[in-house]
Amino acid sequence: MLSRVANHIYWMERYLERAENTARLIQVNTHLLLDLPRNVMLGWEPIIDMLSFRDVFYEQYKEPDEKSVIKFMVTDTNNPGSIINCLAAARENARIIREIIPTEAWELINNLHMTAKADGQSVLTRRHRFSCLERIITSNQTITGLLGGSMLRGEGYAFLRLGRHLERIDMTSRIIDVRSASLLPSVSQEQSAFENIQWMGVLKSLTAYQMYRQEMRIRINRSDVLEFLMKYHKFPRSLSHGLMQIGKCLKELPNSELIQENVNALSNKLEKLNTQKLPQDGLHEVMDDIQLGVVKIHQSINEQYF
Amino acid sequence: MAIRWGNYRVGQFYDELIRVANKPRPAAAEICKYLRNLTEQEIEEYKTAANTAIHVMGITFTVYTEEEGSIDRAWPFDIIPRIIDKKEWLQVEKGLKQRVKALNMFIDDLYNEQRILEAGIVPKSLLEASKNFLPECMGIKPKHGVWAHICGSDLVRDQHGTVYVLEDNLRVPSGVSYMLENRHVMKRVFPDMFEKYNILPVDDYPSQLYDMLTQLSPRDIEQPEVVVLTPGIYNSAYFEHAYLAQQMGAELVVGSDLVVDDDDVVYMRTVNGLSRVDVIYRRIDDAFLDPEVFREDSMLGVPGLMRAWKAGNVGLANAPGAGVADDKVVYAFVPEIIKFYLNEEPLLPNVPTYKCVNKDERDYVIENIDKMVVKPANESGGYGMLIGPHSSKAECEKFVRLIRRDPRNYVAQPMLLLSTAPTLIDNKAEPRHLDLRPFILSGTDIHVTTGGLTRVAMRRGSTVVNSSQGGGSKDTWIVDMEAE
Repeated sequence: MLSRVANHIYWMERYLERAENTARLIQVNTHLLLDLPRNVMLGWEPIIDMLSFRDVFYEQYKEPDEKSVIKFMVTDTNNPGSIINCLAAARENARIIREIIPTEAWELINNLHMTAKADGQSVLTRRHRFSCLERIITSNQTITGLLGGSMLRGEGYAFLRLGRHLERIDMTSRIIDVRSASLLPSVSQEQSAFENIQWMGVLKSLTAYQMYRQEMRIRINRSDVLEFLMKYHKFPRSLSHGLMQIGKCLKELPNSELIQENVNALSNKLEKLNTQKLPQDGLHEVMDDIQLGVVKIHQSINEQYF
Repeated sequence: MAIRWGNYRVGQFYDELIRVANKPRPAAAEICKYLRNLTEQEIEEYKTAANTAIHVMGITFTVYTEEEGSIDRAWPFDIIPRIIDKKEWLQVEKGLKQRVKALNMFIDDLYNEQRILEAGIVPKSLLEASKNFLPECMGIKPKHGVWAHICGSDLVRDQHGTVYVLEDNLRVPSGVSYMLENRHVMKRVFPDMFEKYNILPVDDYPSQLYDMLTQLSPRDIEQPEVVVLTPGIYNSAYFEHAYLAQQMGAELVVGSDLVVDDDDVVYMRTVNGLSRVDVIYRRIDDAFLDPEVFREDSMLGVPGLMRAWKAGNVGLANAPGAGVADDKVVYAFVPEIIKFYLNEEPLLPNVPTYKCVNKDERDYVIENIDKMVVKPANESGGYGMLIGPHSSKAECEKFVRLIRRDPRNYVAQPMLLLSTAPTLIDNKAEPRHLDLRPFILSGTDIHVTTGGLTRVAMRRGSTVVNSSQGGGSKDTWIVDMEAE
């Protein structure tokens, strides 16, 4: 397989996954706000930080109010991480390899981009936001299903899954990180009552709530949520599951030893982590470390194959 | 009944399907009867079926705009086929083979002994002024003596029914994918017609192309690595590049996928590392092919490609420099070229062409500029030409100045009355002008496509058929009227 083609497959999937996860996060934050009392200072600012585009935001907007943040994260073409830009990038990557991926997948991706563009205005109002974001999420799920049901199990499919799982690990760690930051300020009694609601929000943004209840059979609490999202390899959006999948893809690809070493290093780090003893103010550092690990894996993939 | 052949006006032109009102040519009788019996609603249904098929197959050409990024546009397709009797076609095919054979001998001669210049058949000055002549290619002898492996010649028919060659495209002719896809569309839309007619198939072109390309391989191996080199997704013919690569099972590559090492061998970058390439079907122009030799700023080409080709380590189709014979001035000499190399009379005539480089002919052209079609030597796609009878006085005068300034760069032809064929316009059949581009493959032997791509000028009275300028296309049926 041509390096360039592998590169496009990998990035197409990463951008699709990123768009979906961003949509999930906004979806859940919108719902969460409805549950919290007005005086709880949980706003939209952490969302801007998620993809580390704080500077870009403040160049254009004064206040991190709901409308500005939604606009910035969903439809703003000046924000490299906005959903619309992710979908445009996914589309351009898909277009270049449209002879390699199933035709229907190209059509769905093209369609998804066009629909998201057309929804640009309505997504700003709470009433329509749900269905707009839901369309993005379910479209990507459809694309994932279609690719899984029709692509040859060769190198191309391995690069696709590599992109998907690496992006998922990255996004899951960012979502946890955002919540860790918003909970950081020493919480008053009144506010701490809502802490668990927020952790429930984290689970929901990763469609993990139902699975968490089924598997853990305990009420929502921080350390168990962290355990579930980071180390519970049976859950497909957990960090450890993603790393396991990446390991499998690498076995199907030539000369992957160096990359595998980086994957192992991150796995070991995760293995040693004790979520019960992890202090709230240490969480950010751990997530940072995980993201660095992701960057390292990506760089080694880039050097080896692209 | 929406189509009434009694109302169809043939006028002063030769019509491909209709002899005179209500009288179809023999090969077209069946389809005309069929079309006559369709209701307006049925025609609408056929058109929708064709458009759906085009959409589903993704047959497009690409237009690039700033704000929207890349857009794929469907090319207008007319569902009434153009029909040619096999008996007539075989004559045309013979003529094309003769022509392309002579052209390849001519190119090979120009880059080697230059016998034709020594003999004074073609003036030396012509070569010196030619934009497409590449001195870098002197002394090179490609395999089989073939330079233009893929040639697209444009044929037209005048009011008397004579078929002429209008021009030869020897650089990177495009359109063959539309020829193939148009047939697929027609099979979906008119399956019953394919039972009534004995229509010769066209779909073996990709395998013939592949076979011809493998003949260029420098290595004698079972499966040489053949790739299609494209300028990328923003090129208007990208669809075709991707389509042909897919049909041949070849890799579709861009310049940055290829690398020429110190050993003068071409490799492509794969996830397994570098992998050797034997033959490149390149769809980028000479000037962009190799920044080491030609345009330094080319981002599309491959540095070192010429080195590798000269060393005989890679096959290139078409060979660099083949465009020297793809020049409107050289065109005027083709009858002499055929006689010189093959000692044969040309089977297919040229359109009478005045060479402005000769004083007598130049004076005649300037005198009659309002009746002439004036063409610059090295443009394609219908750009930079003058159609005298359709132009203002100021435009004509501008061309007189251009010709005087650079006579070598211009040739002129009398305005041909191009043939027409019934074309659906608002669900009625109206005559529209058309041409035909067959594709000729040259390797160890020569193959001509069965028919070719018929291009139609969709505007009434227009003779400009280029896709970039409002042309459309039709399926071309070569029918065997004797087989039952």
